[in-house]
Amino acid sequence: MTLRRLSGVAAGAGAVALALPAMASADTLEAAQNGVLPQSVAINSIWVVVAALLVIFMQTGFAFLEIGFSRGKNVGTVVAKILTNFSIAALLYWAVGFAFAFGQGDIIGHDGFFLRAYGDPLTAFPVMSLSDATIESKWLFQFSFCAVSLAIVWGTTLERIKFGVYIIYAIVFAGLIYPIGSHWVFGGGWLQSNLGMQDFAGSTAVHLIGATGAFAVLLLLGARIGKYDKEGRPRAIPGHNMPLFGLGVLILWLGWFGFNPGSTLSALDGRFPEIALVTLLAAAAGVLTAVATAYWKTKAFDIGMAGNGAIGALVGITAPSGYVEPWAAVLIGAIAGVIVPLGVYAIDRKIDDPVGALTAHGLCGVWGTLACGIFTAPRLAEYNGFGEGGLLYTGSLHQLGTQALGVVVVFTFVFTLSFATFWLIKKTYGLRVSAEEEEAGLDITEHGMYGYPEQFIPAPELIGYATAPHGSRDIPSPARPVQREVPA
Amino acid sequence: MKKIEAYIRHEAFEPIRGELLNLGFPSLTISEVKGSGRQKGVTERYRGAKLTNYLRPKVKLECVVATTDVETVVGTILKHARSGSIGDGKVFVMPVEEAYRIRTGESGEETLQAHPEAAVEVAG
Repeated sequence: MTLRRLSGVAAGAGAVALALPAMASADTLEAAQNGVLPQSVAINSIWVVVAALLVIFMQTGFAFLEIGFSRGKNVGTVVAKILTNFSIAALLYWAVGFAFAFGQGDIIGHDGFFLRAYGDPLTAFPVMSLSDATIESKWLFQFSFCAVSLAIVWGTTLERIKFGVYIIYAIVFAGLIYPIGSHWVFGGGWLQSNLGMQDFAGSTAVHLIGATGAFAVLLLLGARIGKYDKEGRPRAIPGHNMPLFGLGVLILWLGWFGFNPGSTLSALDGRFPEIALVTLLAAAAGVLTAVATAYWKTKAFDIGMAGNGAIGALVGITAPSGYVEPWAAVLIGAIAGVIVPLGVYAIDRKIDDPVGALTAHGLCGVWGTLACGIFTAPRLAEYNGFGEGGLLYTGSLHQLGTQALGVVVVFTFVFTLSFATFWLIKKTYGLRVSAEEEEAGLDITEHGMYGYPEQFIPAPELIGYATAPHGSRDIPSPARPVQREVPA
Repeated sequence: MKKIEAYIRHEAFEPIRGELLNLGFPSLTISEVKGSGRQKGVTERYRGAKLTNYLRPKVKLECVVATTDVETVVGTILKHARSGSIGDGKVFVMPVEEAYRIRTGESGEETLQAHPEAAVEVAG
């Protein structure tokens, strides 16, 4: 998110936007009918909506990543969860979330509940005033971030959580926790506007917030049955489908080209392709270092670590993507790729995170946020209007200190609220299914149907599953080869 | 020589295998099977319609041991497979005529001796 003052916008289109106050949706239509809708509004709105759709596509990525890493008895539940959570987030973010996150105010925003009665959108949502894209396109984009952050929470909880927990926490998360946390970091709140914290697309605001919620619930939820043996040593519980995991990773990677470059909210300054480049380079470096690190530790070219390395590096480059040069992106991604396997191995000894979200989104989110304090180019800090250059350029620890403070503040805030919410849920509704339900799988116990019925229901009990046509004479048998007529 | 054939819950297998290994009985075979007994079926609901499924998954465990070891092995199975609910399964013991070790061609009950060192080897 950038906050160049409107007066600083050099593009001619910006000046046109200034001449037209209060571009609310009714005004957009009126301006279009009168032939005075600036083309820049259309151009920027197209880019922001395209970027939002890419980010929304990431829901598919999360779904397949989690399905691949789950056992075959717990796959349908992921589909139900993603659809339900995405829908709750949409309604809550429309009602209150967006107003809290992007309205005016140091601690909490208060403009545009239900996306109405906000007056001039450029004043009501000041941090996005750089772009004249319509407010609906900006809403769609910011909502898609909220939905990603919520999706991140649940990767740690797979295969043993009660379905209702998703619904209760989603309401609190999308209505309160995410909007306030992200407001401070990139919605114009105190960490960003007063202290100059840099987080271009959400290493902290989206990924660390989600991972912190994941950490809070995991502490109260506990490990899956059988994850640790009697001596407390971790055991592998292999996911059932690595190809689906890989599909999920590649969809997430694609979605990131909306996530980071879309955070420009504008196409007119031509920054978005540079940010796409930076994003790609970091992810590529992360895959390679993650595979190398996993090979060093386990002597295998680990498929899961290749994917987690990509995700970790993408999370790492998310905050710096609008602030750093391409060479720095390679370093940031490479370091994230080393963090991923080491973090996963260390965390797995004590707590059961089936998808590695605590490392990929949590540790790499912290790393990406801190990386701004090291690698931010002064010219880009000045252009975006937040903070200053990083340690390597300025020799000063000031920006790094600001970034660290931001991480600690956001983690503490989100952890406290999330832990309290999950504690209350545990005391009332309960977090975990029974051991018997966990053994049978969430698909049949929580949803009444199997994700893969043909694997769980014997063929004789399914309808229409004969093994072969009766009395088939056309199938050749090795014992009695089919005699062919030989022409005389 | 006796063959022990046990139909057990999936979750019972791992503790049974662990203890049998420690007692020196590493040799066994399992199959994943489906069957019905007194345990009720599972009803699946698919878009409003029901499908009741009476065959439930079990693990079938088979091993052949010297007659003197039957009590030990069956005792281990009973201990770990019993949850107290309907559906814990059954154990059958039946006579075996002869046993051959393929690698050496040896035959007789000595091919089925307990291997107390097996647990150590595997653990090491």
